[in-house]
Amino acid sequence: MYVAVKGGETAINHSLELLADKRRGERSVAELSLEQIDQQLSLAVDRVMTEGSCYDRSLAALAIKQARGDLIEAIFLLRAYRTTLPRFGDSLPIDTTEMLAERRISATFKDVPGGQVLGPTFDYTHRLLDFSLAAAGERPLAPTAPTEEPLPLPRVGDILQRDGLLEPPSQGDDGHDLTRQPLMFPASRPLRLQNLARGDEGFLLALGYSTQRGYGNNHPFVGEIRYGHVPVSFVPEELGFAIELGEIEVTECDMVNQFAGSHDVPPQFTRGYGLAFGHAERKAMAMALVDRALRADELSETATSPAQDEEFVLAHSDNVEASGFVQHLKLPHYVDFQSELVTVRALREEVERRNREAAAAAAALDKAAE
Amino acid sequence: MSESIADASPASGGPDQAYNYAYLDEQTKRMIRRAILKAVAVPGYQVPFGGREMPLPYGWGTGGIQVTAAIIGREDTLKVIDQGADDTTNAVSIRRFFAKVADVATTTSTEDASIIQTRHRVPETRLREGQIIVFQVPIPEPLRMLEPRETETRTLHALSEYGVMQVSLYESIARHGRIAKTYNYPVLVNGRYIMSPSPIPKFDNPKLDRSPALQLYGAGREKRIYAVPPHTPVKSLDFDDHPFEIERWDECCALCGSRESFLDEVIVDDSGKRMFVCSDTDWCERHQR
Repeated sequence: MYVAVKGGETAINHSLELLADKRRGERSVAELSLEQIDQQLSLAVDRVMTEGSCYDRSLAALAIKQARGDLIEAIFLLRAYRTTLPRFGDSLPIDTTEMLAERRISATFKDVPGGQVLGPTFDYTHRLLDFSLAAAGERPLAPTAPTEEPLPLPRVGDILQRDGLLEPPSQGDDGHDLTRQPLMFPASRPLRLQNLARGDEGFLLALGYSTQRGYGNNHPFVGEIRYGHVPVSFVPEELGFAIELGEIEVTECDMVNQFAGSHDVPPQFTRGYGLAFGHAERKAMAMALVDRALRADELSETATSPAQDEEFVLAHSDNVEASGFVQHLKLPHYVDFQSELVTVRALREEVERRNREAAAAAAALDKAAE
Repeated sequence: MSESIADASPASGGPDQAYNYAYLDEQTKRMIRRAILKAVAVPGYQVPFGGREMPLPYGWGTGGIQVTAAIIGREDTLKVIDQGADDTTNAVSIRRFFAKVADVATTTSTEDASIIQTRHRVPETRLREGQIIVFQVPIPEPLRMLEPRETETRTLHALSEYGVMQVSLYESIARHGRIAKTYNYPVLVNGRYIMSPSPIPKFDNPKLDRSPALQLYGAGREKRIYAVPPHTPVKSLDFDDHPFEIERWDECCALCGSRESFLDEVIVDDSGKRMFVCSDTDWCERHQR
C-alpha cells in the first residue's frame, strides 16, 4: 500500500545537523578561526564583501565559514543579514586620489605622477605549486618602503581629461538604492554601476571577455588600476560637517576606451569604470569593460552584443538571484509535470489514432487496387 | 549575529527576538502593503516593489513570503502548501519560518486558514470570503517567454497589445491540434490585463474566477506584486472553436476515491506500475474519513 512521503520536518532537522557536522569536518583537525579566514583567505573575504555589498571583514569571514567556503552561499548569507540593518544615512563619495595605494599601475603611460607601484600581485608569480606552503613554518616579513604621509595620487584619467583627450566622468547620483527599490529599465549609469558592483565576478568576467573577442568591442586600455586604503566620511545631521568613520580597502579600475566624437565634441577617449571592495582586480576590470559596453546607447553605438544589452546584463548579473532560481528546479514540480504528462499522452494518442486511420485507409486503397 | 535564521534559536514562547515581528521591519512592511493596495486597485497589473533579500533563496518563495510577512498578524492562522501538499519540505520550511518569526498558529486545514501561501496549486476546497491566498510567483510576466524585454512587455500591457499571446496559442493549435499549454496558463483579469496565474495547473484556473477570497501574487526575485480582488472575473484565454478545458483523468484517487480533484501520478514499482493520488493532501484526508 502506498503511503505519501511524510516527515518533512524531521528530515529538515536531520539535514541541518548533518550539514553542521560536515561543516566541522574531521574533529582531529583544528577548527578554522574567523581571524584565519580574514587574514589567510583574504581575497575570498574581499569577494564576499563586494558581492554581498557589505564592508565587514569579520561578518564575511563568518559567512565563509558557515558556507563551508562556498562563496556564493556566503554572499547570500551576508546579504540576508545586511538587509535587516537600519540605514542611517549615506557616506560622502570616497576620493580615490586620497588613497594610500599599495599597488598602482597604468598600461597607457610608462611613468605617471606618483609612479608605478607593483605591490602584491599574482601577475608575475610563476604558477608553480609551492610545496613549502604544505609544510608548517613561518615566513620572514617582506621588506616594505617606509610608510609616509599619503601623497595625493592624481588619477591618470584626470591628467588625460585635462587636455580634453578623455571624457570627464559622469557626475551625480540619482539616489536610487538597488537594495531598497526595484531595478527598472532603462537604468541610469549610477544604477548600472551599483548592479555591476554587486554582480557575479564570473558572469562579468565572461561578458567583459566577450567584448574583447568582438562581441561589442570597445578597444580598452587600462588607464589605471589602484588598490589601497581610502577614508570614508559621513556628515551627521546634528554636526553638519564631515567626520571620518574609518578606512576601507578598494580596487579601482579606470579603463580608457575607443574614442568617440560628435558634431559638438571633438574626438576623445571614453571611460569604463570598475570599483570593488578589497583587492579584486579581475572583478574591477571586468566591471569596467561591461560598464563601457553598456554605454553603447549613450555613445550612439549600435548595440549588437550581449554585453551591450542592458536588460540582458543587469537582469542576470546577480548570483544570489541566479543561484536561487536555477536551484529552485530541485523543488517538487509534480503538479506541473503531471499536467504535462496528461497533455503529452493525449497528444500521442491523437497521433497514434491518426496513424492507425491512415494505415487502414492505405490498406483499403491497396485492396481496391488489386 | 549573522547566523542564518534557520540556526537562530527562537526565544521560548514568542517570536524570535533577534528580528522584528514577521522578520521584515515595519517600514518595509508598509512599502509592501502600499504595493498590495495598488495591486488590488488595478487587478492583474504588476506593481514593482522594493523586494528585500530574504533569508530563503530566490525562486523558493521569497515573494510569497514577503507578501505574507506584510499582511500576517497574531490572530491569523497560516496554511502553507507546495504542490497542494502541506508536508513537502519547502512548505514545511516556510511554515516553520513563520511559526518562528511571527508566532502564528498554523494549520493544514484549508477551511481553518485565514492566509494560505501556496506554490503551484489552489486548494480543492472552495475558498471563502475573508480568506487570502498568497501565490509564490517565479516569473510574473505572462509575456516573458514571448518577449524577454521588460521595457517591451510593459508597453504591451499599457496598450493592451496582446496579439502576441493569441498568436502563440494559435501556433500551439496549429502544431498540436490543441492548446498544449498545461500550467501557468494565461488569464485575462477583469477584461483588462493578461496575468500569469503562477505555475498552477490549468485545472486550477477556473477556481480563480470570481473567487470570494483575495488573491495576492508575490514575485521576490523579479520584485513584482499583483492581485485579484474578490469576485473579479478571471478568464482563461481561448478561442471560440477551441474553448479552454482542464485536465481529466480516467482514474480516481487511490486513497480517497475522489474523481474531482487534481491527481498526482506515483510510480510504485520497478516495472512502472503507477497509481493516482490527490495532490491536495488536506482534501484527500478529509475524503478518506
